[in-house]
Amino acid sequence: MEWKEEGEERPLSQRPEWSDVTPVPQDDGPNPVVPIAYKDDFTETMDYFRAVYFADERSLRSLHVTAEAIHMNAGNYTVWHFRRLILGALNADLHEELNFIKKVANGNPKNYQIWHHRRWVAEKLGSDATSKELDFTKKILSLDAKNYHAWSHRQWVLQELGGWEDELDYCKQLLEDDIFNNSAWNQRYFVITKSPFLGGLEAMRESEVNYTVGAIIAKPENESPWRYLRGLYKDDAQSWVNDPQVSSVCLTVLSAKRNTVFALSTLLDLLCHGFQPSQDFINAVDALKTPDLDQSDSNLATAVCSVLGHMDPMRVNYWAWRKNKLPAQTA
Amino acid sequence: MDSSETQSPTVTQREQWMVESQVFQMYELLSSVPRNAQSVLLELQRDKHIEFLTNGLRQLGPSFCVLDANRPWLCYWILHSIALLGDSVDDELENNTIDFLSRCQDPNGGYGGGPGQMPHLATTYAAINALITLGGHRSLSSINRGKVYTFLRRMKDPSGAFRMHDAGEMDVRACYTAISVASVLTILDDELVKGVGNFILSCQTYEGGISGEPGSEAHGGYTFCGLATMVLIGEVNRLDLTSLIDWVVFRQGVEGGFQGRTNKLVDGCYSFWQGGVFALIQKLHSIIEEQLRLLDAGGSAIDSPQLASISCHSGKRGLHDTSGSAKFSNIGFNFLKEPAEMEPLFHSIALQQYIILCSQLQEGGFRDKPGKHRDYYHTCYCLSGLSVAQYSYSKDADSPPLPRAVFGPYSNLLEPIHPLYNVILDLYHEAHEFFSTS
Ligand SMILES: [Zn+2]
Repeated sequence: MEWKEEGEERPLSQRPEWSDVTPVPQDDGPNPVVPIAYKDDFTETMDYFRAVYFADERSLRSLHVTAEAIHMNAGNYTVWHFRRLILGALNADLHEELNFIKKVANGNPKNYQIWHHRRWVAEKLGSDATSKELDFTKKILSLDAKNYHAWSHRQWVLQELGGWEDELDYCKQLLEDDIFNNSAWNQRYFVITKSPFLGGLEAMRESEVNYTVGAIIAKPENESPWRYLRGLYKDDAQSWVNDPQVSSVCLTVLSAKRNTVFALSTLLDLLCHGFQPSQDFINAVDALKTPDLDQSDSNLATAVCSVLGHMDPMRVNYWAWRKNKLPAQTA
Repeated sequence: MDSSETQSPTVTQREQWMVESQVFQMYELLSSVPRNAQSVLLELQRDKHIEFLTNGLRQLGPSFCVLDANRPWLCYWILHSIALLGDSVDDELENNTIDFLSRCQDPNGGYGGGPGQMPHLATTYAAINALITLGGHRSLSSINRGKVYTFLRRMKDPSGAFRMHDAGEMDVRACYTAISVASVLTILDDELVKGVGNFILSCQTYEGGISGEPGSEAHGGYTFCGLATMVLIGEVNRLDLTSLIDWVVFRQGVEGGFQGRTNKLVDGCYSFWQGGVFALIQKLHSIIEEQLRLLDAGGSAIDSPQLASISCHSGKRGLHDTSGSAKFSNIGFNFLKEPAEMEPLFHSIALQQYIILCSQLQEGGFRDKPGKHRDYYHTCYCLSGLSVAQYSYSKDADSPPLPRAVFGPYSNLLEPIHPLYNVILDLYHEAHEFFSTS
C-alpha cells in the first residue's frame, strides 16, 4: 500500500472510484483569521478526507486519502487518528504501515504524530517489531543523535518489547562519537537503572563511576558526565559524599586550574552535604582566587562561591544566592 | 600539550562554536557602529513586529499548510505577542477571531486545530488563552466551560496523566495544558488532579530538570510545563527544587540566551520556557527554604510528610483551606500575591540582550538564532521571555521595573504576564473575575 500508487497522479475529483463522494469544504466561516492560502491539491485532498471522515467510512480508498493528506501535512493528528481506525477495520498489514511511516518520517523526524503512530503500530506488532524499531531509531539518530522523539520511542521499545542486550554498547559507541551528547548520557542512565540484565544502579555504580571519571578528566568542561556522576548516587547522598573517587576527580580538575566551574560546583554540593575537605582542597581553591577577590572568606564553601561568582559571571546571582544559603555546618 | 586538544572536535563542539561566533559577531557589531545606529539596534521594533503579526492574522501563505492543525496556536502566538507589545487588534479582527475559534470548538468540548478537527489539549489551551487575550464578555462567554470539563475528564488516563486527544500521546505537555486550562477556567477539581503529581514527579530526571515522559532527557519546555503544573495542583513541594534550580541555571549559555537541554544550542524560544521557570522559582521562595532546611538537617529534601504539611502552610498561606474545586481555583490567583523574595537566579540583562540583538529581526518578528527564519512561535516565546526578564527584579506585579532592569531604551518595556498561564496579567485578572462569578 503505497501512499500514492502508480497512475493515481490525477486529482481525486477525476478518479472514478471517488465519483460517488461529495467533497466537504472546510467550515472556515465568512471571515476566518489565520486563513491559509491552501494550494488546490491540498484543499481537494482535505475536502475528500473530510467527506470520508465525517461519514466514518473505514475503507481502502479512505486509507489512501489519509496517506495523501499526511504527505501534505504530517501534523494533522485527526488524519492520523482516523488512519488508525481504518487500519484496524481493514485488518491491514502493519509491517507495510511501518514502511509508510518510514517514508513520512524522512521529511519530518520531529513530528509528534508520526512517533505516536509508530508506537501504536509497534505495540500491535509486539516483539516481532523489536529489532525493526531499534534499527529505525538508530537510523534516525545517526542523522541527529539528539532527536528527542526518537529517544523516547527507543526507550518505549526497550521497556515494552525488549532488546536491551546491546544497548549499553550502543550508548558507549555514541559517546565515543561525541562525548558531549547528553542524550546518549541520558540513555546510558536509563539503561543502567532499567535494564533487566545489569542488576540496577548500585550494582553498576563502581564501573560507571570509573567510566564517568575518565570522561571528566578528558573534558572537564563537559557538563554531561558531571551531572551523570551525581546521578549515579541518586537518593544516596551519603555514598556520594563518602566516595573518594568523587572528591578526587574534583581535586584533580581543580589542581589543573583549567575549566574548573563544574569541579567547583560539585565541591560546593559536597561541602553542603557534609564533606570534610582536606588541606589539598583548600589549597587548590586558594590557587584559583584572583587578587581582587575577597580574601576574608572564612571557610571553603564561601570561598568556592566567591570564586564561582567571579569565574562564571552568567550565574553571578546564583552563586551569590548559594553563598547566602550555605548550611550552618559549612560555616 | 593536553592530548585531548589534538582530537578533532565533536559534532556538539563544532556546532556550538559556530553559533558562538555568529552571536559574538552580533555583539561586536553593536560596539563597532556609531551611537545613533547603536540605539536603533537596541530598540524593540514595535511597529515592525505589529505589522508582521497583524499580517499573519489576516492572511498566511501556502507554506503554512504544515500548520493547518495548529491554527488556534497561530491565533494565540499572534494575539499574545500583540498584547505583550501593549497593543490590541481592531473590533473586526476581534470578532472574526471569536467566530473562527468557535468553529474550532468541538460540540462535545475542547478545541481542535481547525474547523472539523478532533479536539486536542494543546489547541484547547491555545484557543482559551487566545480568547482570554482578546478579553470581553463575548469572547470569554464563547467558551463552553462545562463541555471543556467533560473533554478534560475524557482525556484523563487511569494512571492520572492526560492524553493529548482521544487515544493520543500521554506526556507532561498534555498534563500542563489540561491543568492550566482547568485552572484558568476555575473548573479544576480533585478528579482532574488525581495522579498528575505522581506522573510529573516520575519525570524529574537525575539531571534535575523534567522530561516529557519518565526516562527521557531533562528539557526546558517540559520543565516549565511540569513545574507550572505542580504549582497549579499545590504539589510543587514534592519536586526536588534545589536540583531543578541547579539544572536550569546552567541552561543559560555564554550567548546570554537559553538552551533547552544540556550541551544543546541556544534558542530564543527557551527565553520563555527556561526564563518562565525562574519567574516561578522566585515566588516559591519559602518552599525552597524549607527544602534547604531539611537538607541542612541531614535529611532528604523531598518526599517527607512533615515537609508537605509545613510547606502547605508556610509556603502557600491559605491555599489549602477550602475543599472542592475552590481550593484549586485560587492557587493561580494567590500565586501572584506571593512576593518575589529572591533576586532572579538567571542573568536577566544577558538574556534580554540575546533576544533583542540575536533573535529580533529589524524587519519584524523573532527567530530561534541568527541564520534562522522568523516565525510566530518564536516571536511569541521571545517576547514572553523578554517580558519575564524585564520584570524579574520587580518584587510584585504592580511595581514597574527600574530603568536599569530593562535592556535598551525604557520604551522597550512590555506588558507583564501571569507566568503560570502565559497570558497578560490584566487580561488574566479579567478572566479570573469573569469565571469566578459566572
Ligand atoms: Zn525554538
